[in-house]
Amino acid sequence: MSIFQRPVTASVLYDTPGPKARARYRLFGVLSLIGVAALLWYVVTTLADNGQFDADLWDAFQYNTVQQRILDGLLSTLKAFGLAAAFSLILGALLAAGQLSDRKPVRWLCAGIVQFFRAMPLLILIVALYYAFFAQQPMWALVLGLTLYNGAVQAEIIRSGVNAVPRGQAEAAYGLGMRKTQVMMSILVPQAVRSMLPSMIGQLVVTLKDTSLGFIITYNELLFVGKAIASQPLNAAGFPYIPVVLVIGPIYIALCLLLTALARWIEARGRRGANRRTSAAA
Amino acid sequence: MGFLFDDDNFALFRDGFLQTIELSALSALLALLLGTLLAAFRVSPVPVLRAFGTTWVTLFRNTPLTLLFFAVTFGLPPLGVHFSHLAFAVLALGGYTASFVCEVIRSGINTVPLGQAEAARSLGMTFGQTLTLVILPQAARTVLGPMSSVFIALPRNSAIAGAFSVSELYSVQQTFSERGYSIFSIFFWVACAYLLISATIATLFRFLETRLAVAR
Repeated sequence: MSIFQRPVTASVLYDTPGPKARARYRLFGVLSLIGVAALLWYVVTTLADNGQFDADLWDAFQYNTVQQRILDGLLSTLKAFGLAAAFSLILGALLAAGQLSDRKPVRWLCAGIVQFFRAMPLLILIVALYYAFFAQQPMWALVLGLTLYNGAVQAEIIRSGVNAVPRGQAEAAYGLGMRKTQVMMSILVPQAVRSMLPSMIGQLVVTLKDTSLGFIITYNELLFVGKAIASQPLNAAGFPYIPVVLVIGPIYIALCLLLTALARWIEARGRRGANRRTSAAA
Repeated sequence: MGFLFDDDNFALFRDGFLQTIELSALSALLALLLGTLLAAFRVSPVPVLRAFGTTWVTLFRNTPLTLLFFAVTFGLPPLGVHFSHLAFAVLALGGYTASFVCEVIRSGINTVPLGQAEAARSLGMTFGQTLTLVILPQAARTVLGPMSSVFIALPRNSAIAGAFSVSELYSVQQTFSERGYSIFSIFFWVACAYLLISATIATLFRFLETRLAVAR
């Protein structure tokens, strides 16, 4: 190891700590550990003092019917997510193709659609769809709303990915006599998708989280089931809103973390070996 | 389309619009303060603080905003916390957005080349000078783009507060549909209001970007 190599602890903000700085950091570490522990202790005791950990309040989760309902809610959430994810990727691909079209009206139309749906609050969109067309089937209002919004976002991601492919790639392909469709399909899109896959999966995480909006239009998904469990007068001890949040929250977080881990894995896989894309020479 | 100017509809719409702006502005303020604090935690040399920041960001970024609103609105009153609905909404929205602000700031600081800070330190600059004269000005420029998308998303997310008893634009939409007006004309006006808000924020950020831009 040469002496010119940077020590691993150097960061842009802090120099490598000397003995005094290390002692100071240790002091801060102890102090903040005490602070965080105090905060946690405060939260837990507040919850306990208000009887949120009483066994009566958690009784509901022992019933098979309640467990079955949570499972059904989870499946409904996953179903809406699966449909919305598939449709939004398809719509995104179509809108991106439209935005990259050579024909001006098509380009403007698609850009307009993308900008409009990106700027609209998803909830407003879903509720409008629910009242206007799908009063009987809230799932389709949710899926369609998610598809329109996330499709627009995916379109932007794909478009910027295609535009980020080094110019020489397209020029070389045209120079070989390929047509525009061929250039797109066999040269630009494969490279764009590889570099954009992490962002696309990131957007899928957003799609998954937004399925909880189905709660508001009474779609029978996880959060809606949770509210139903919490507000039924089944428990003598009161309404178990906090236990429900403590059960449902981790489910959502685990699902999202799984998707994020998938994105990380794909990113790491794309970066190694022959798949590595070198940046364009300026 | 003309229904908006009948009776007291316009007053209702205006109040909802102003409430949306108030909610967004307050949440933006909370998100900015809390997000900066969390970012400071996440880049600090103290492992405990880093872990705290990371945990917060992981939890809040992966929880649906609707669940957060649900937890705050129904979970805090049993613990003896009684705020107005607006304050609850600000807590949920601000805490959620803070995790995104934190990530944007942290990645902005990380894009500043290490050599810049080392050069500053070797010139004898103190920590405060390095931070305010060298690192933050450079980080601010790269941060503006992602930050604008966070703050354009904020008013859009604020619509969820309407479902939790804050009388902003979403609940205006609900009131109008209960009064029996056509859903399409209601949607048109509400859409216009949101487009106006997000266009204003986008313009603001573009103005900032041109002001801060340097030729490189």
